[in-house]
Amino acid sequence: MKAIKKFFSNFFSSLFRKKSQVKLGLYGPPNGGKTTLANRICEDWLGEEMGSVSAMAHETREVTIKEQVTIKAKDGRELSFNLVDTPGIATKIDYEEFLKAGIKEKDAKERAKEATKGVIDAIKWLDDMDAVVIVLDSTKDPYSQVNITIVGNLQARDIPVLLVANKIDLKKSDIKKIKAAFPQYDVIGISAKHGKNIEEFYEALFEVTK
Amino acid sequence: MSLTLQFIPYAEIEQLDSKARIKKLLDAAKKDKIVLLEGRLTAEEEAQLIQKTMASINKKFKGIELSVIYPDAGNNEFFAKLKSRLVNILLGNRSGLTIIGPANVVKEIKQDPDKIQLLTQ
Repeated sequence: MKAIKKFFSNFFSSLFRKKSQVKLGLYGPPNGGKTTLANRICEDWLGEEMGSVSAMAHETREVTIKEQVTIKAKDGRELSFNLVDTPGIATKIDYEEFLKAGIKEKDAKERAKEATKGVIDAIKWLDDMDAVVIVLDSTKDPYSQVNITIVGNLQARDIPVLLVANKIDLKKSDIKKIKAAFPQYDVIGISAKHGKNIEEFYEALFEVTK
Repeated sequence: MSLTLQFIPYAEIEQLDSKARIKKLLDAAKKDKIVLLEGRLTAEEEAQLIQKTMASINKKFKGIELSVIYPDAGNNEFFAKLKSRLVNILLGNRSGLTIIGPANVVKEIKQDPDKIQLLTQ
């Protein structure tokens, strides 16, 4: 009897602990708009930004967490999660690219060093995620090995995935190409910067975190 | 400018653990060789390869370009997928081709499901 009581106690406590601490990760290559989306979510539901954004790659070089974000659906449902914004995953980082963008040599080298550490940390954090939103720039070619590696790792860990085709406000945007590259996933086209289709995105979050 | 391609048959990495596989591939890339690996790494090994690459970046080595051709990509037929999985279980990830190019030699690898273009620096 004691054992049964303990089983149910552990089962329910782990169930509620998991639900109240759902970690939702934003992953993807650099400059896809992860932090812009994180800021959109935080502005919409907390009234504050999460991090700085820039046109230059590797602006986010540390994993950042915003705890207890609660979003509400039109029918009254609520979803709470800890939002984890991660540095863009890349296979190469060249400090000379930062020099070209006008950063001084010492700062460019430091930025490159931080960016490499950021990529390592972002991959380490994969194991802690309960659900992941992969943020892709819909103006770019989705057939990159980094994208395929991220998707493959999430599949291997059995982590639910929502694919976001960001920057649909831009002329070169092509959601069909992303859908063709990853036919196994639902793809939501949004503009995180301008808030376009963001309601559809929030609705999809309820599905992916079920 | 001359390019050096190093072909690594799957048999050469088959008996190695993940750490040793990644070291072998990365060591070749650090010597400015373009590695052509028969077959492919697992998704987890690819992620580890990226992590090890990041940890190795310095003034001379700026990272890698990575691309994999999957021969069965785009074939969504149930039996084709089943056959591919059985082959993987029995023989390892021998199907496909993995290309690893040092970033200071290979600028970009353009990848479609069944075609790869290597753009050099």
